Amino acid sequence: MSDLAWIDAALTAARPQAMGALLRWFRDLDAAEEAFQDACLRALRTWPEKGPPRDPASWLIMVGRNAGIDQARRQSRQAPLPPDELISDLEDAESAAADRLDGADYRDDVLRLLFICCHPDLPATQQIALALRIVSGLSVKQIARAFLVGESAMEQRITRAKSRIAGAGVPFEPPGPVERAERLAAVAAMLYLVFNEGYSGTGTEAQQRGPLADEAIRLARLLLRLYPAEPELMGLTALMLLQHARTPARLDADGQVVLLEDQDRGLWHRRMIAEGLALVDKAMRHRRPGPYQVQAAIAALHDQAARAEDTDWAQIDRLYQTLERLQPSPVVTLNRAVAVAKLNGPADALDMIEPLADRLSGYFYFFGLKGALLDQLGRFDEARACFDRAIALAHSPAEAAHIRMHLDRLARLKSSDADTALPGT
Amino acid sequence: MLYAILCYDHEDAVSAWPEEEEAAVMARLGAVQEKLAAQGRLGPVARLLPTTAATTVRKNGEHLVLDGPFAETKEQLLGFYIVECADLDQAVETAKELASTYTSEGSYELRPLALFKPAPTPVTVTPATVTPAKATPAAVMDA
Repeated sequence: MSDLAWIDAALTAARPQAMGALLRWFRDLDAAEEAFQDACLRALRTWPEKGPPRDPASWLIMVGRNAGIDQARRQSRQAPLPPDELISDLEDAESAAADRLDGADYRDDVLRLLFICCHPDLPATQQIALALRIVSGLSVKQIARAFLVGESAMEQRITRAKSRIAGAGVPFEPPGPVERAERLAAVAAMLYLVFNEGYSGTGTEAQQRGPLADEAIRLARLLLRLYPAEPELMGLTALMLLQHARTPARLDADGQVVLLEDQDRGLWHRRMIAEGLALVDKAMRHRRPGPYQVQAAIAALHDQAARAEDTDWAQIDRLYQTLERLQPSPVVTLNRAVAVAKLNGPADALDMIEPLADRLSGYFYFFGLKGALLDQLGRFDEARACFDRAIALAHSPAEAAHIRMHLDRLARLKSSDADTALPGT
Repeated sequence: MLYAILCYDHEDAVSAWPEEEEAAVMARLGAVQEKLAAQGRLGPVARLLPTTAATTVRKNGEHLVLDGPFAETKEQLLGFYIVECADLDQAVETAKELASTYTSEGSYELRPLALFKPAPTPVTVTPATVTPAKATPAAVMDA
């Protein structure tokens, strides 16, 4: 591995902890970022010859803190920075300092850093962009590419988000248990947004966004290491792993979405599935169910089926019922209807989703599923009307293309009058 | 003498490796393993899932079950090799060979085995996550 590669990985890994500590120290996001940058530059200069420090995060915190203090001094009078040689004996100082730093402080530092990105005044897209910039350290260019916007537009978005949270005041006192739980919940929701952002899109778009899903998983694992006994955090991490494991099979050669039941399961990422299943197992022992755990359990059932027809739909139906109790929403009921259609046929599923029509009148998947169910019941004209509606609501060319496939088939049916059994979606 | 070569490293740094970097490292480690296997010295090799997937059972009266790894250390145990080595010098050489495949903050701990019972890999293991052990050096020692 080249010097640059391992240093880059070490800096990326140490960033949340170091940035979190520097933020607590300087109480200002820009100052913390600048200090961290400074420390990274010095790491790039000194680590290749001296080798990596045993604890990169502590090293970066020490050097960053000193650099920040120097910076403040320099602003009052132009004094040169101390030469790199002077920080060579950091190793000893660093281990002593690291021992003094309380583990709990560290945990809350990282949580705070993530939490300020979740400010309720910020729209979801700004929360995600901010987290990717501050916590993950992705460049504005990389983030702009993932969101398919221009670099200057993204730069503005991040600047606006930063000034908004700067004005809001960051909570620096250690959180109490209730507050900590609230922060964890907010951060979990934000990480899942990042993950889903990495999941939307097809073709080259998907390639540009894929790293966001990896990044969300990396941050979820980090958080879980800091808070190892939080079952919902295990559930969230497992949910991401179990969904992301299917990525190699999700798009066909043309970059079009392949439905779960049509995917080549041999392409699924076995190690991710194993890790996801282990986390679901661990979470269940806590007997404190929550929405992420239930969704992870559903994803686990899909991943454990060797073939689509082996899927345990009865169990999935039960889990969706649990989810309806924990987190009732028309979308959850819609998903449950898919399981019901597999278990009891399209008529029952249709009865189940009819009452959702008002609340899901602008939802692509509602009309996609309703169309498919009507289609299976042989009510082709109504199905066609639903599919037309779905196309109008599609968010991406891929979604539209998928529905168009159904419509084309219906058109062919009409001309040939064949009445074949049709697969559902 | 059989040695366990225990790989400790910063889990978060290793998980931040880009995919192609990871593949390159694994290929280089694979080359070292093949050499050891050709010499008939390589026993089972295991790569562990992240410590977030770990559970700890404390051997106290209650047998308390805790989430996470046993030790909260800067480096985590990521995997291990069982290798036949003539002496400590050879074990050190072997570890250095493995270590030279990539730069990192980690370490290899060399622990001579007191007891070793080779066995076929249980079939319940997901084949794609684990490569079955090659022939194990037939050496069983009593403590």
